[in-house]
Amino acid sequence: MIVLKDIKKRYQMGDQSIDALRGASLVIKEGEFISIMGPSGSGKSTLMNIIGCLDRPTSGSYKFDNKEVSQLNDDELASIRNEKIGFIFQSFNLLPRFTAIKNVELPLIYSRVSSNEWHKTALDAMKSVGLENRLNHKPSELSGGQQQRVAIARALVNNPSIILADEPTGNLDSKSGEQIMKILQGLNEDKGVTIILVTHEPNIAQFSKRIIHIKDGAVIKDEKVTNNRK
Amino acid sequence: MNINETFKVSLEALLANKIRSSLTMLGVIIGVTAVILLVSVGEGARLYIETELTGLGSNLLIVTPGKVDTRGSFRPHSVGAIRKLSYDDALFIKRRSQYLKEAVPVILGTANLKYKNLSRDITVIGLTPEYLQLRILKIESGSFVTQVDVDTKKKVIVLGRTAKRELFGNENALGKLVTVGESRYRVVGIMSKKGVSLGFDFDDVVFIPVTSAGELFDTDKLFEIITSVKNPENLDKAIAEIKELLIKRHSNKEDFTITSQSDILSTMQTILTIMTGVLAGIAGISLVVGGIGIMNIMLVSVRERTREIGIRKAVGAKHKDILIQFLIESITLSVVGGIIGIIIGAGSSVVIPFFLPFYLPTEVTLWSVLLAFFFSAAVGIFFGIYPARKASLLDPIESLRYE
Repeated sequence: MIVLKDIKKRYQMGDQSIDALRGASLVIKEGEFISIMGPSGSGKSTLMNIIGCLDRPTSGSYKFDNKEVSQLNDDELASIRNEKIGFIFQSFNLLPRFTAIKNVELPLIYSRVSSNEWHKTALDAMKSVGLENRLNHKPSELSGGQQQRVAIARALVNNPSIILADEPTGNLDSKSGEQIMKILQGLNEDKGVTIILVTHEPNIAQFSKRIIHIKDGAVIKDEKVTNNRK
Repeated sequence: MNINETFKVSLEALLANKIRSSLTMLGVIIGVTAVILLVSVGEGARLYIETELTGLGSNLLIVTPGKVDTRGSFRPHSVGAIRKLSYDDALFIKRRSQYLKEAVPVILGTANLKYKNLSRDITVIGLTPEYLQLRILKIESGSFVTQVDVDTKKKVIVLGRTAKRELFGNENALGKLVTVGESRYRVVGIMSKKGVSLGFDFDDVVFIPVTSAGELFDTDKLFEIITSVKNPENLDKAIAEIKELLIKRHSNKEDFTITSQSDILSTMQTILTIMTGVLAGIAGISLVVGGIGIMNIMLVSVRERTREIGIRKAVGAKHKDILIQFLIESITLSVVGGIIGIIIGAGSSVVIPFFLPFYLPTEVTLWSVLLAFFFSAAVGIFFGIYPARKASLLDPIESLRYE
C-alpha cells in the first residue's frame, strides 16, 4: 500500500543544506500497525510528513496505493490527505473557536460528502471514540485525553485508509495515553485501518505490531513485535 | 468547499473579533459616508442652480452692452465706457427678427422709494409688459405695466412683495402715490411672491415702464435686452441673427454680448460637476485608507491564524479554499461597512440640512450610492487579495508548528 524507495530529503537553511533523509526505503502493507522510532533529528518527522503527503521528497519514489505521489502538486496532495489520510498530532491541533463536533466535521467540508450528511457522519465518529456527550464542548472545556479523542474522531471521519499519529501521547498522562493507544489498537484490529505511529517511548511502541528504527535519515532496524501490549 | 460553509466560517471568524472587525469596518464606513454625503451636497447644488435658472425663464437670450469673448460667462453688471444699447435697438431686433418672440429692453437702477414718512433704497427695473411672462412673474393684485404706459412714459409703478410690505404694511397700496427719486408714481399693481433666485431678491424690487426709467435715471442706456426665442431649437440661429442685426446697426462693430440661459446653465453645471467629482475624489481617498486598514488587519489575522490554516490544509483544504475564506472576510468587512456607510451617508444627507442655520440643498443620487457600494466592494477585493493569497500559500508543515 505504501512503498517508499530511496527517499531523500534535503532542506536548504541559509547557506547550509541539511539532509533529513538519506535514502529511506520502507514498505507498509494494508492493515499494519507500525511505530517509527528514533532520536530527535533522526528524520522521523520528515518521513512522517512525506508519508502523510504534507511534503514531497527531494528524490526517490513514493507509491501510495500503486500511485506515484512524489511529484504531485499541492492541491492533488490536499485531495489525498482529505480522502485517504487521517492525522493525529502531539498538540491535538483542534480549532479553539469551534465545538468538538465542528472540529470533527472539518475534513468533511473539504470533501465531496454533501453538507446534510456532515453532522451524522461526525456524530458517528464522535461515538466511536466515546465522546457523544461532549459534542458542543469547545477544546478548552475538554481534558487533554478528551481533546486527543476528538482529534482521533476528526482523523476517522473521512474513513481514511491510514492514520498517521505523531507522538499522540506526548502531551498526555500515562493513563490517558494508554486509553488513546487502545482506541488506535481497536481501530486497527476491528476496522483494519493502517496506523503509523511516531514515538520515542518504547512502551507506547509496544502497542504496535512492527517497529521501524530510524537514524541519520535512514532505516536502521525493522522488527516485529511478537508480544504486543493490549 | 461548499460556499455556504465558507461564508459561515468567515462570518464566525469576524464575529469572534467583534471590536477589531467593527473598527476595521469603521474606516470603510467613514469613507463611504463621506462619498455619499459630499456627492449629495454637490448634486444638490447642481440641481438647485438648474431649478433656479429654469425658474428665471428658459429660451432666453440676454443681450448686454460690451463685448465678452468667452461664451457662457456671467454678464457684466457695470455699465462703463462701452457703447450703449438703446431702447430703439430693442425695438429694432424685435421687429426684424424671424426667430425671436419678444425683446424686452431693461433699465436697472437704484432709487429711493418713499411713502409718507417711510423710505427705502430699492432696485428699480424699467421694462416693457412682456417682461412679466419672460421672467415667469405673477401679479397678485392690480395690473402690470402696459404698452400704453411705456409709450406715454406714464409714471406708474408695480411693487414687489417686500417693497409693498415695508412701505405699506397691511394698508392697501393700489392707487396710492409714492415718490421715486424726485417724481411721484402711482401704484398700479402688486407682485406675487417670487423669492430669491441666485442671490437676487425678486420681491425687493419695483417695476416701472422702461421709458419712465430712462427719464428717472436720465439715461437711454439699457442694462440689457432680454429676448425670448419662439422655438428653443433655433437658439443658435437666433443668436446669429441678433448679432447680424445689431452689428449692422452699430456701424459694423460687435460691441455687445449675447448670453443664453442655457450657456449659464451649462457653465454652472460644468463647474459643479467638477466640484462634485473633486469632493467624491477626496472622499474616495478616505475609502482607500479604509481599505488599507482592512489589509492591515487581514495580515494580522492571517498571522494569528497560521495554525488554523495549517490544520485546514492538513485535513484537505486546497489553495482556493483558504484564499476564498480570507477573501470573503475582507469583502464582508468592506461591503457591510459600505452598506452601513450608505445608510449613514444618505440618512445624514437628508437630516443634516434641517439642523443647519443656512440653506444647504442635498440630493442623494443612485449613481453615488452604486459607486460607493461597488467601490467599497472593490476595495475589499483589492486589499483582501494579498493577505488571502499569503494565507493560501502557507506551508502546511510550518503552519502546524507555528506557535
